[in-house]
Amino acid sequence: MFWKVVLLIWMSAVIAAAFLLPAPQSQLGPASRIFFFHVPVAWVAVLAFLLSFVFSIMYLKTRKLDYDAKASTSSRLGLLFVILATISGSIFAKSTWGSFWNWDPRETSIFILLLIYGAYFALRSAVESRERRAALSSAYAIMAFVAVPFLVFVVPRVYLSLHPTTSVIDVRLQMQMPPAILITFLASLLGFTFLFIWMFNLERRINILAARQKEV
Amino acid sequence: MQIRKFTWATKSAWLLAKELKSEFRTRYALNAVFMFALTTLAVTSFSIGAFALTPRIVSSLLWLVIFFSSLSGLAQVFVKEEEAKTASLLRLVAAPDTVFLGKLLFNLALLLMLELIVVPLFMVWMNVSILNLGLFLSVLLLGTLGLVCATTILAVIVSKARAKGSLFAVLSFPVLLPLLIASIDGTRLSLEGQEFAAGWGDIRLLVSYLVVMFVASFLLFDSVWSE
Repeated sequence: MFWKVVLLIWMSAVIAAAFLLPAPQSQLGPASRIFFFHVPVAWVAVLAFLLSFVFSIMYLKTRKLDYDAKASTSSRLGLLFVILATISGSIFAKSTWGSFWNWDPRETSIFILLLIYGAYFALRSAVESRERRAALSSAYAIMAFVAVPFLVFVVPRVYLSLHPTTSVIDVRLQMQMPPAILITFLASLLGFTFLFIWMFNLERRINILAARQKEV
Repeated sequence: MQIRKFTWATKSAWLLAKELKSEFRTRYALNAVFMFALTTLAVTSFSIGAFALTPRIVSSLLWLVIFFSSLSGLAQVFVKEEEAKTASLLRLVAAPDTVFLGKLLFNLALLLMLELIVVPLFMVWMNVSILNLGLFLSVLLLGTLGLVCATTILAVIVSKARAKGSLFAVLSFPVLLPLLIASIDGTRLSLEGQEFAAGWGDIRLLVSYLVVMFVASFLLFDSVWSE
């Protein structure tokens, strides 16, 4: 209860700071405030995928269905965050470059993450037996995770694209961020991570209760 | 009967031979893949007509045809085991590594046979000349290898689920995307007549992808196969 309230106050402070402080990048103006929300959300989406990968490995090693439930929960939340990241990024793209979608490397990788989550849930819904569903989706999560570093790290380096780079990269390169901006950004990052952890915890407790209810 | 030591390599080779033999008996997967590729090729060429295409478009179309044809036929190798109910027998007879290698080699053979016919046909129909043959063939070969490495494990996953056809496409696209990006770019460079060195980035990506996918699927195969 206490931590929930702390999270609420923290996120409120972050949102307030994001709108009250001077805009991070003067050239882009007020639209660059999305930096405080878009980057942490995208970060959490990838974190959720990493967690899903770890839980999938744990399931395949121990065959405890609890790990599969955790992997599925993590993926479900990851899907939510990746949708938020895509939408926020595309709003930013519209206001800055005039079109919602450009297929530049970062946009492509977040879209692929969306597809991976979609495919993961399509697979889960196509299998009936619980153990089989757990094994198959764990294997897929691992395969998909292994393919992602190519998309995120290798492809943008090898293909110095003719496309415009997103300003996320530009802003990050401006490592000399004024302290207020940096603090707000890190606070936002932490806040969204804890939001994810809190939601994850909630869903886990719901799953445990539902399982207990099914036994009765 | 001579007593010979059956190494896993021998067993994989035998499994490959058995797959090829049974495939040529019915030619089911072969027909599906060939006819699909031919149809897609014909439709593409027809819809483009006499329009001259840039190398970028031609290379994308080639890999699209290969990608979709492989989706139509590569899951067959495991699905037919499940449907004919011979999967359990195979599980008893051969170790998972052997099964994985045998099926992978069969898929590779199938895809290479397909490309042997489709690629020249594609070049003729699209009226394109390959200016750097060495680069073209390297990218084609590495791309095919990477494709079968990634899709073999996905084929097993799909064979144990319902809605097999569409599910295979949905599952493979995100995983195969790095491969497609590299192959399309490499093919484009070869069609434009650039030197081999220009395609080096793509080749490196393809090789690393191939190795990573092979190792990951090799390690995962057992958990999925014995489900």
